[in-house]
Amino acid sequence: MFDGGKIWTLLIIFLVLLSFPLWYQRGDTVPAPVPELSAAAKEAGKCVESKEYMTKEHMKLLDRWRVEAVRDGERFYTSTDGKQYEKSLQVTCMGCHSNKSQFCDKCHNYAGVDPFCWNCHIAPKENI
Amino acid sequence: MGIDRRKFLKIAGVSAALGLSGKVGFELLAPGDVDASVNEIPVTEAKKWGMVVDMHKMTDSILKKCQEACHSFHNVPDWGNTRIEVKWNWSDTFEHVFPDHSHEYLNEHLLEKNYFVLCNHCDNPPCCRVCPTKATFKRESDGIVIMDPHRCIGCRFCMAACPFGARSFNWGDPRKAPEELNPEFPTNPDYPTRTKGVVEKCTFCTERLAKGLIPACVEAANQQVEGALIFGDLTDHGSNVRRALREHYTIRRKPELGTGPNIYYIV
Repeated sequence: MFDGGKIWTLLIIFLVLLSFPLWYQRGDTVPAPVPELSAAAKEAGKCVESKEYMTKEHMKLLDRWRVEAVRDGERFYTSTDGKQYEKSLQVTCMGCHSNKSQFCDKCHNYAGVDPFCWNCHIAPKENI
Repeated sequence: MGIDRRKFLKIAGVSAALGLSGKVGFELLAPGDVDASVNEIPVTEAKKWGMVVDMHKMTDSILKKCQEACHSFHNVPDWGNTRIEVKWNWSDTFEHVFPDHSHEYLNEHLLEKNYFVLCNHCDNPPCCRVCPTKATFKRESDGIVIMDPHRCIGCRFCMAACPFGARSFNWGDPRKAPEELNPEFPTNPDYPTRTKGVVEKCTFCTERLAKGLIPACVEAANQQVEGALIFGDLTDHGSNVRRALREHYTIRRKPELGTGPNIYYIV
């Protein structure tokens, strides 16, 4: 053990760096982000379905819309209150929720999800 | 007996006529139309969409308009390089479009022209047969060969299978196409772009048909010359395409391959 000192020092530094994410924010609480509604969304008052349903199930609804619109050619959605909507992320969803960074990204970043919708679908222009 | 045979038939006839005049009648005569009009969705439905290209009316300037209309509607960028270009419709010479109809003494007028070409939406599409993920498929309801880019893994089997060269591969991200050639890309904010590594092609504008609009190329062509492109239902005897096919001699691209192309050319 000629280099024991060096080895142990570097090993401890390595472990400290490795555990950095664990101890850095110890004790802090990061509040869960609240998505902000755009003016258009506030004015509409209601999404295609109830707020509770959309919060919990929007990803499943979008996935279903995708399959139905592209593969089955059923491009219009009738909500539970009987209204008709075009099954379109870009036109229907983002037409109202035009603030992607404040409405979508906020929670997605917090939850660590990275939906690949935007590789193809065009996000609305925001003035930030 | 309060009612004889003759009276019964009269009442039956009148009630049938009354019944037919209501919603039921519409349902019997044209199923689905009432629902569609009730829901305020215009009716543009067909069992098998097809197109007739009238080369007597087609000119190079109309061809260009068709391509511009399609590519700007569908956010197809100009790469400025034919090796990596993406095209939904384009134009080519007679020898290239109809190699099986070409011979050395062919009418010069035929050879001078450029022909409008796009996906043939075949009856028996080889692209769909080879697709390992069923990302491209033939829609049974109206015969359109559709591309589902969500499922495409970019293997390009379909491009090898298509005898018409109607499919293009995205060698790069369309949003990174040369800016000087695409100053306002994406041109249609309501339509997605594609991503690097997927194949794309003409979809007969399914999203426009769903809203009661005709395909972008047909609209653009007919704004220039009425009837240059004729689009309609091939199964309907009285439709505009069937009328054009009855009245003119038409040819198709490479019919001997047995794919059953649905684009017809009046030459």
